[in-house]
Amino acid sequence: MSQQTVSSTEAPGAPRSGRLPKINPVFFVLAALLVAITLSNPNFVEPTGYMNFLKRAAPLAILAAGQIYVIVSGGFDLSVGSLITLTVVGSSMLLNNNADATWWVIPAMYAAGLAVGIVNGLVVSFLRVPSLIATLGMMITLNGAAFMWSSGSPRGYLPETFRFFGRVNIQGIPLIQFIPVALLVLLAFGSCLFWLMHRTNLGRMLHAIGDNPRAAQMSGVPLERVRITAFVVSSLSAVTAGILLGGFAGVSTDVGVGYELQAITACVIGGAQLLGGRGSVPASIAGALTLTAIFTLLNFIGLPKPVRDVVQGVILIVAVVLATYRRNRAGGT
Amino acid sequence: MNAATLIKRLPSRIERYSPALLLAAALLIYIAIALSLGLTRFLTPEAAISILNRSIALGMTAVGQTFAILVGSIDLSVAHLISASAVVSSAIMNGDPAMMVPAVLVVLLMGALVGTLNGLMITRLEVNPLIATLGMALVIQGCLASFHGKFGGSVPDAFQFFAYGVVLGLPFSLMVLTLVVVGAWVVLRFTRFGSNVYSVGGNRDTARAAGIKTDRVVIASHILCSLCASLAGLYLASRLKSGSPWIGTEGAYDLESIAVVVIGGTILSGGKGGIWGTVAGVIIFSLIDSIFNLAGVDAFAKQVMRGIIIVAAVAFYAVRSKRIVA
Repeated sequence: MSQQTVSSTEAPGAPRSGRLPKINPVFFVLAALLVAITLSNPNFVEPTGYMNFLKRAAPLAILAAGQIYVIVSGGFDLSVGSLITLTVVGSSMLLNNNADATWWVIPAMYAAGLAVGIVNGLVVSFLRVPSLIATLGMMITLNGAAFMWSSGSPRGYLPETFRFFGRVNIQGIPLIQFIPVALLVLLAFGSCLFWLMHRTNLGRMLHAIGDNPRAAQMSGVPLERVRITAFVVSSLSAVTAGILLGGFAGVSTDVGVGYELQAITACVIGGAQLLGGRGSVPASIAGALTLTAIFTLLNFIGLPKPVRDVVQGVILIVAVVLATYRRNRAGGT
Repeated sequence: MNAATLIKRLPSRIERYSPALLLAAALLIYIAIALSLGLTRFLTPEAAISILNRSIALGMTAVGQTFAILVGSIDLSVAHLISASAVVSSAIMNGDPAMMVPAVLVVLLMGALVGTLNGLMITRLEVNPLIATLGMALVIQGCLASFHGKFGGSVPDAFQFFAYGVVLGLPFSLMVLTLVVVGAWVVLRFTRFGSNVYSVGGNRDTARAAGIKTDRVVIASHILCSLCASLAGLYLASRLKSGSPWIGTEGAYDLESIAVVVIGGTILSGGKGGIWGTVAGVIIFSLIDSIFNLAGVDAFAKQVMRGIIIVAAVAFYAVRSKRIVA
């Protein structure tokens, strides 16, 4: 127990001198899956193959990178799926087919996401509502708001200026021919969140809160502020994912359905510990890629959607069982 | 008792009766709106029964969910289990009254099996209950969807007595629900298993140290939870004449049952709460729906207000607690 506490107060992810770095098994699983996909579909090694894969995985990866903040601090954020829906529906309503409005619609959506995150954080911190219920209530409310705003049937389309982020590929890059803007967004967003989680005090405080909130509070962690920050990061990532999804999926009132659970699944596959204290941003992104890779593989093999549900369920449980097994063997809690 | 202890005790009293306070508030608002709109026909005993009758399925599911939450666990698979129960029962009966008993037995057996698997995953494999039951939900959903189309069938008229039958002037389904509620209360209040549920939910390690076989208590609670969900599935099949694979998820019975239990004052981390709180929660939910219907609130605005009310109701007593929640 004491060893674990010591190792988690050191910056997670910092190079450990003197022994081999412990590599998260999710990266091996991801590599194996990518090999399997390549074997079943040789086109995958072409730039169009893997770049489209990354483009499709980008929203979920961004979402998982934000969700891990809330999970590490010991909570859940179930409101992200409905926030994606609200972003897509709200942008199409605000844009009203006017391409010039993009420059203020996107900041407006981020402001909405900021507000949602702050409300989630305030409700959890000060009203002491468990995050499961607080974000569930937010999910129901936001879904209702998206329906109310669009009167149940969103009209219009998103102009090209808005769809730029999710849809466009930048051509003429040497070696890889083209690079999707979505991937650039993922890289930028992912490295920001990586830095914030693994190189700053905020990340250390998040881990401390998730591990033992009482102890963290006693040692001077501003519990409320850190927790609100976690929810804000998660909500902002949901808005980003919503903008990307609006780019390549178009407008509908069910774009975000199921994404909250997929994001939590991705974090769990990445070795995050539910109820807090353990988790990393790159591993969560790898978890999201793994989940997408599994779906892609099942698609190539030709299995229908129902089988994919079963597989996702089984993988979810197996990932948690393996994580528990590893932790028990390592002598942790 | 001097004044100081009285003041000290008061908050806990409020906490204990807060579901009742919320229920009274909801009832008052309902009556006030009905009176102010001059709709006195919504204040008759028949109206009260119809309000209760609307939440039979949610009530049954929530009673089961109370066991899962009290023991410190949670069950997200109930909605899909409800769909599965409805589909399987109507497929087996297929309009034949002679198949009623086997169908009910098969469905209850399926419920027990799902509950056992959930319990085993949580206790033996030490999987977080949220993830274990979520995984189970996905597996059930996948199985249902892949068999969909092969399953048809409908419920014989005789079976519709479950949903529409009237005994002694009261709906039969309401009596079944009352029976389930009273049964659950007796189990929790008067049996050793009931007190074990509270001890295990309060602190699993202490309970184990006190000699309680905690794994068995958790598994049994999950079996009860799944059985209640199966019963709700049977009721819905009987009401709608056939089972559809979306029936459980459409009603969002998984999240709604959790919300109802928590509004009823049972705390999510387990060990504290009870059946009567859950009953109050269910009635509050159907009263809210009736209030919105009376006031003619738009369906989408209704959803928005519903989300806010769930959070506000939980905040109502969570805000005074000193515990740090996550």
